[in-house]
Amino acid sequence: MTQVTFLLNGAPVRLEGVMPERTLLDWLREERGLTGTKEGCNEGDCGACTVMVTDARGSRALNACILLLPQLHGKAVRTVEGISGPGGELHPVQAAMVEHHASQCGFCTPGFVVSLAAAHKAGRRDFDNVLAGNLCRCTGYAPIVRAAEAAADAPVPGWLEEDLSKLPLPGPAAPGGDIFLPRSADELARWYADNPEATLVGGATDVGLWVTKQLRSLGKVAFLNGIAEMQEIAIGREEIRIGAGVSVEAFGAAMAGIHPSLAELIRRFGSVQVRNAGTIGGNIANGSPIGDSPPALIALGARLHLRRGDVRRDIPLEDFFIAYGRQDRAPGEFVEAVSIPRQPDRLRCYKLSKRFDQDISAVCGCFNITVEGGAVTAARIAFGGMAATPKRAAAVEAALIGRPWERPTIETAMEVFAEDFTPISDMRASAGYRLEAARNMLLRCFLAGRGVALDVLEVQP
Amino acid sequence: MSIARPLPHDAAPLHVTGQARYVDDIPTPANCLHLAFGLSRIAHGDIRSIDLSDVRAAPGVVAVLTADDLPHEADVSPSAHDEPLLATGRVHYVGQPVFLVIAESHLAARKAARLARIDMAGREPILTIDQALAADSRFEGGPVIWQKGDAGKAIAAAPHRLEGTVEIGGQEHFYLEGQAALALPQEGGDMLMQVSSQHPTEIQHKVAHALEVPMNAVRVEVRRMGGGFGGKESQGNALAVACAVAARLTGRPCKMRYDRDDDMLITGKRHDFRIEYRVGFDGAGRILGIDFRHLVRCGWSMDLSLPVADRAMLHADNAYHLEHVRIESHRLRTNTQSATAFRGFGGPQGMLGIEAVIDRIAHALGRDPLEVRRANFYADAPAAGEGGSGGNGPGRERRAAQTTPYGMAVEDGILNALVARLAERADYAGRRRAIAAFNAENEVLKKGIALTPVKFGISFTLTHLNQAGALVHVYQDGSIHLNHGGTEMGQGLFQKVAQVAAAAFGVDVSQVKITATDTAKVPNTSATAASSGSDLNGMAVKAACDRIRERIAALLRCHYQTEQVEFRDGTVRVGKEELGFAEAVKLAYENRVSLSATGFYRTPKIEWDRRRGRGRPFYYFAYGAAVTECVVDTLTGENRILRTDILHDVGASLNPALDIGQIEGGYVQGAGWLTTEELVWDEAGRLLTHAPSTYKIPVCSDRPRVFNVALWEGENREETIYRSKAVGEPPLMLGISAFMALSDAVAACGPNHPGLRAPATAEAVLAAVARARG
Repeated sequence: MTQVTFLLNGAPVRLEGVMPERTLLDWLREERGLTGTKEGCNEGDCGACTVMVTDARGSRALNACILLLPQLHGKAVRTVEGISGPGGELHPVQAAMVEHHASQCGFCTPGFVVSLAAAHKAGRRDFDNVLAGNLCRCTGYAPIVRAAEAAADAPVPGWLEEDLSKLPLPGPAAPGGDIFLPRSADELARWYADNPEATLVGGATDVGLWVTKQLRSLGKVAFLNGIAEMQEIAIGREEIRIGAGVSVEAFGAAMAGIHPSLAELIRRFGSVQVRNAGTIGGNIANGSPIGDSPPALIALGARLHLRRGDVRRDIPLEDFFIAYGRQDRAPGEFVEAVSIPRQPDRLRCYKLSKRFDQDISAVCGCFNITVEGGAVTAARIAFGGMAATPKRAAAVEAALIGRPWERPTIETAMEVFAEDFTPISDMRASAGYRLEAARNMLLRCFLAGRGVALDVLEVQP
Repeated sequence: MSIARPLPHDAAPLHVTGQARYVDDIPTPANCLHLAFGLSRIAHGDIRSIDLSDVRAAPGVVAVLTADDLPHEADVSPSAHDEPLLATGRVHYVGQPVFLVIAESHLAARKAARLARIDMAGREPILTIDQALAADSRFEGGPVIWQKGDAGKAIAAAPHRLEGTVEIGGQEHFYLEGQAALALPQEGGDMLMQVSSQHPTEIQHKVAHALEVPMNAVRVEVRRMGGGFGGKESQGNALAVACAVAARLTGRPCKMRYDRDDDMLITGKRHDFRIEYRVGFDGAGRILGIDFRHLVRCGWSMDLSLPVADRAMLHADNAYHLEHVRIESHRLRTNTQSATAFRGFGGPQGMLGIEAVIDRIAHALGRDPLEVRRANFYADAPAAGEGGSGGNGPGRERRAAQTTPYGMAVEDGILNALVARLAERADYAGRRRAIAAFNAENEVLKKGIALTPVKFGISFTLTHLNQAGALVHVYQDGSIHLNHGGTEMGQGLFQKVAQVAAAAFGVDVSQVKITATDTAKVPNTSATAASSGSDLNGMAVKAACDRIRERIAALLRCHYQTEQVEFRDGTVRVGKEELGFAEAVKLAYENRVSLSATGFYRTPKIEWDRRRGRGRPFYYFAYGAAVTECVVDTLTGENRILRTDILHDVGASLNPALDIGQIEGGYVQGAGWLTTEELVWDEAGRLLTHAPSTYKIPVCSDRPRVFNVALWEGENREETIYRSKAVGEPPLMLGISAFMALSDAVAACGPNHPGLRAPATAEAVLAAVARARG
């Protein structure tokens, strides 16, 4: 019998017979009558369903619409109803939202309240970032930010503390049936080798859409978020090893001092809710041609660590992506980690999308170019959105290596992009624009080293 | 006095705690059924056969209906009776409802709806403006043409002439709460509807029609919507009728809400336009003659397209006095979603047309576009604005009121003064110089700035809609129950109207209970649309409250034998006596005075002949202007709004906080329409941008870095509710300044006019950079 336990607004909940596809949002609304959490899009893009989830790693905002109940095992969930105090006292963020006219139609408001309460608890004041995953169609956001600023200095209310000791210890594999909750990579390896047809769920930011949009049944599922060892980032002298279960948010934070351009790319990856749920392993393993971490990792020369049972192998990340929808991963084999060789930071990442924040890339270009004595001695350039897989720009690299790092070289190299890429036209961009923008990204990379102002996000009025 | 105070939205404490209820939050009886439509996957074709056996066999399915299974005709059109609830024989767009699944859960209904096997004989779809023109696929037989003077002659005689095309994309409403309806069957075949609709009376009308019952058998309640923006004026009809029909058939409550993707696939959006123009002008940029051709993509059914296209024509002049003008409007029928009302209702597209022309004229003459705008402004009304500095544009002598292309005198102009004030406050001239210096120094990044005005006509152009009713009760404890025909979609209408009621009784607004819009309380309401909500309902509520107050006052005058009765600060002063409001009410009750009244209002002065394009369609104009500064990356076309300054006219504000909220939100929504919000259909007519993953409305960081919004100090010269002005739609068009600022930035890249298309996505901007460079 599948059993999932967690705290809901401070009180323990024990659920029997949970289906792996049951989302927290549907359960809250349909079974608990907690209708403050709203369905706006059912795909993790609007944030109206934002809830706060707390575990040993702290509190974070997540989208309830693509959060599957088994992912909550052993954690604490707080909905908008639990953001207010037990006697109905308003959280400082709620009071400020009223005071500053930050709600109009009110439908997105619970999500904003929870996102802001999570940010407030964490002491974050980068409101553009913490709110990038919450859409509001009425206010134009200005009053919401005013409210957030007004509440920032208030103390965190005591009622938001979660007492996880109220839960029975999240012992090994309480759930059963089609749901497997491994606690270690070894457990996962054994089970997955025996159940190679099963679905592995990291953060469910992609699998969640199979459920909510494609209406698929998941069959056997392993939820990986209980494997602590796969959520570690080991920063060594030779390499940085990132466990497959590391959240995109944690990965971005770790990169800030090492490869800041990658950290900035990650800042624009999804939204904070999506980055809190999504994992680096998932972003790679799902093989999307437009995932944003692979181009950067390929440019850094990352290697992918795969495991099946007790058999491990590692390959250059770019070799993992064989064709659209096809990766070099055997049945029962899973991504255990990805590692980046330590190197001086030369990485420049450029993400191009219709909207700066929380948008899938039309083109994502990552450049790791070594210039010594005025000439290019090494170049690793990778793009997302330009082919059926994340792909290196081999011809462009060849056109650069050995040549002086000067404008004529750049202009020559810009001409050979068409040898590397034949992009498609879709709703995000036309093929022609993709190619032109990709070329211009190389020029931008060159100009960046010459002190030319290039970033519209840094321009002041 | 509760009027003019910046009170928070009445439901704000409910919003922030998650207690505010929307349709899907209403607790339903346990036996409630859930509905989903099965949709057409092709844009045009004939249904040969529908095999629904797998749908019927799916878990949880109770019934499945096609058009043939409906007991009565069920039409969901708001206008031409051309929208069957379910396709009858032929499908007209990808996303058209073909069958209806009734199931035990929302998820079961959605799952089953995908299991149909429909055999279609495809027909060639008409998708684009060019295809529709070629096929002469249109509404109203031919174009609508309005003219004033002789545009052709004036253009021919003008010293300068230009012609061109402006491409303007549509816009998805993206109300955060998707469409939703709930039908609760009552005794004797009556139906109670809970809906997310701007137009409860329309829902009542369509449901009654589909059930073949009189309107008195259907009651419709709307407490609030999670956003509307015009998208819930007619687009909720289908869900409500489906629920009512299914509830009648099964005898069980029925609820329907669209999944977001279904919502975007099924429902109409803002009309996309192509505007072609020929213009003649003088060396100062004054327009001497102009000829517009509006090509409007209306989608498959008529819906509200005719008044939308009319309103585009009515705003083809925006703020500019045109002596010789001709406007030709083609309402084209295409195999796409039926385009519908969206904040501005055609006005934004009409306005963008002439703003783009002005931009082009300025570029051709090498003049600042603001100078050209000012050279063409309608004159200010005498003594308009504070101080009445006149403020008429340079070289323009004052004369009798100038008239619009449709012959309405512009008697309330304030834009010369308003724009002068805004340009000064925002340091337009200084910043233009600074931007020129920035652009000279920067190879890759270019800045631009633009100031654009808005003059928006207020009133429904279908004159009879300009009426409203209210019902007010005062209970014997002095508490007040307020009801009117307007609906709350976030705009703060209920709070504004409650402030009006509180002011009428001289009590605190907290004593006024705001209740759901209910067709059983106030009948025959117009849609909450055309920005008219507080104008119409505020007046109706005031009339109702005034009647009750006068009855109480009459009693008190008689009772205390004094003529002096004053309702103020929660008390009633009667001669030298002072009663609490509740005391006065109690006395009135005990003396058998009716404490309930209806109120009614009809907008005066308006009359309109839409065929001829002549008359006074609007009671008054609302004005505003915005200055936007932006920066463009000429390598990728990426761009950012840096600063926006707005000065907007709401007359004497009923609630400045709510009004500023409308202005900030309207601007960002307008800027989104013209920048990142791009609707893309493929060559088969499938909408590819049917979810927020692909359709990008502004997020938090897209708001201007510096965002200064101020209200113009003035009052409505017409006798509106406390001399306020409508605020719902006009600010959206302030977003045009963002588009024009982008055009200005791109123009810094080269000698040619950028010819930017809307929406100005990064891709569109980069294409314009290439055009500017030549």
